[in-house]
Amino acid sequence: MLILTCPACGIAADETELHPGGEAHVARAGPHASEEAFSDYLFSRENPRGVHFERWRHAMGCGKWFHAARCTVTLEIFGTYRADCTAPPEALLERIRAARPGWSWRDFK
Amino acid sequence: MQRYSVFAVAREAMRHHRGWQRAWRSPEPRKRYDVVIVGAGGHGLATAYYLGRNHGIRNVAILEKGWLGGGNTGRNTTIIRSNYLQDASAAIYEKSRSLYETMSQDLNYNVMFSPRGVMMLAQTEHEKRGYLRTAHANGRQGVATEFIGPDRVKQLCPIIETRGPRYPVLGALWQPRAGTARHDAVAWGYARACSDMGMDIIQQCEVTGITSRQGHVTGVETSRGPIACGKLGLVAAGHSGVLSQMAGFRLPIESVALQALVSEPVKPCMDVVVMANTVHGYLSQSDKGEMVIGGGADGYNNYTQRGSFHHVEETVRALIETFPMLSRLNMLRQWGGIVDMTGDRSPILSRSPLAGCFVNCGWGTGGFKAIPGSGWAMAELMARGASTLADPFSLSRFAEGRFIDESVAAGVAH
Repeated sequence: MLILTCPACGIAADETELHPGGEAHVARAGPHASEEAFSDYLFSRENPRGVHFERWRHAMGCGKWFHAARCTVTLEIFGTYRADCTAPPEALLERIRAARPGWSWRDFK
Repeated sequence: MQRYSVFAVAREAMRHHRGWQRAWRSPEPRKRYDVVIVGAGGHGLATAYYLGRNHGIRNVAILEKGWLGGGNTGRNTTIIRSNYLQDASAAIYEKSRSLYETMSQDLNYNVMFSPRGVMMLAQTEHEKRGYLRTAHANGRQGVATEFIGPDRVKQLCPIIETRGPRYPVLGALWQPRAGTARHDAVAWGYARACSDMGMDIIQQCEVTGITSRQGHVTGVETSRGPIACGKLGLVAAGHSGVLSQMAGFRLPIESVALQALVSEPVKPCMDVVVMANTVHGYLSQSDKGEMVIGGGADGYNNYTQRGSFHHVEETVRALIETFPMLSRLNMLRQWGGIVDMTGDRSPILSRSPLAGCFVNCGWGTGGFKAIPGSGWAMAELMARGASTLADPFSLSRFAEGRFIDESVAAGVAH
């Protein structure tokens, strides 16, 4: 079972206490975006075999949304961080790069 | 190919079974093939088989990074049905189900198709209305299903507790010609038939790159050297995303683990397949007597192929309410497979942005039942560039808003 630390209330919560919310940092395509960009925003998702950034909600706890960096193969958690940011903290990215040389994710916009 | 028959069994019995041949060859890869299929699971092998049988394309290699049928083909709950709501789904799944009926004869390989009937329980009013609607839709699509009442449910499957208390059985969508088949045999039968047509099945050959020139695919890089090809079919289920990245395009797919478990073997107690979607578990009894139980999918991306205990607990807790006799059974094994989920829970059978490269993926939690139909349609698509069965499932449907929405139709992953 996954154990994620909620950055809002600080509790190390079991997976059953949390609700997964899909890929993190998906920027909404603007009002004048092309159909392709809008379709990408709606349906295209990163599906890495490795470290992934996700949104989670502490549904059975404080109720707050937050972000997590998790490896989809080993289920190792690299860290959690607050919901109100558009990219992961640099320190977390450094930690992932150190542990997984050659790792990359999509660009943060 | 050495044909299997009762006479072959008798002949071999007389000579201590020393005359059996290998079911398929394990050749070294050649430099070039007309068609390369990535993924030797059910869908990949079926695609190759129908390319050869229906379209005469036999210079084909099927590459597999692990062993043949070792992915989701060997990890499912072997249920075959076609009671879908949308026309495009009903067409391809019904084609598939009908191909299963004659598969053992077509392949000369016993896939043990058992049309024992599948019932999908309605345990809420909402679900009952949904299945009545599906039954009407199926009537128009030419899929034989009917909505049956709780008495008939009890008659067909006496071990069900129909009275609740929490989720009483209000009826069921009953498809009498649906059933189960031996999952490994489906892959093995297709592999044997492909090999017999001269196709090369190359196991332990991982694709590490896809090469192209001027927007047209030219071949693949593999762990056993480069292989050139005229056309490329990516049929790798949960790992399709990794391959599409090599080909330079993205797929609207997320991979999650779906799991199942089996109990210790018991005497025959149910001869139908029961799916209980409200409580989210499905159940059938294997020929060995084990109760085969399918559970839910994880809510987050992963490639772990193992599942999680709390999902097992949820599934079993829910099922013992409807099947009280299960409460005393020990569970023997539990396993997970990586399923590729699309936004509308329907598959993708499509050309790709890279010319000459085709994708067949996104079957999500319902791939096994679709193997022959998927192979049939994919082969037609690859050979002729279009297929009535496959065309509604093209990648462009997402941009065009032309969904084949089965997630709403079933209310759950399926």
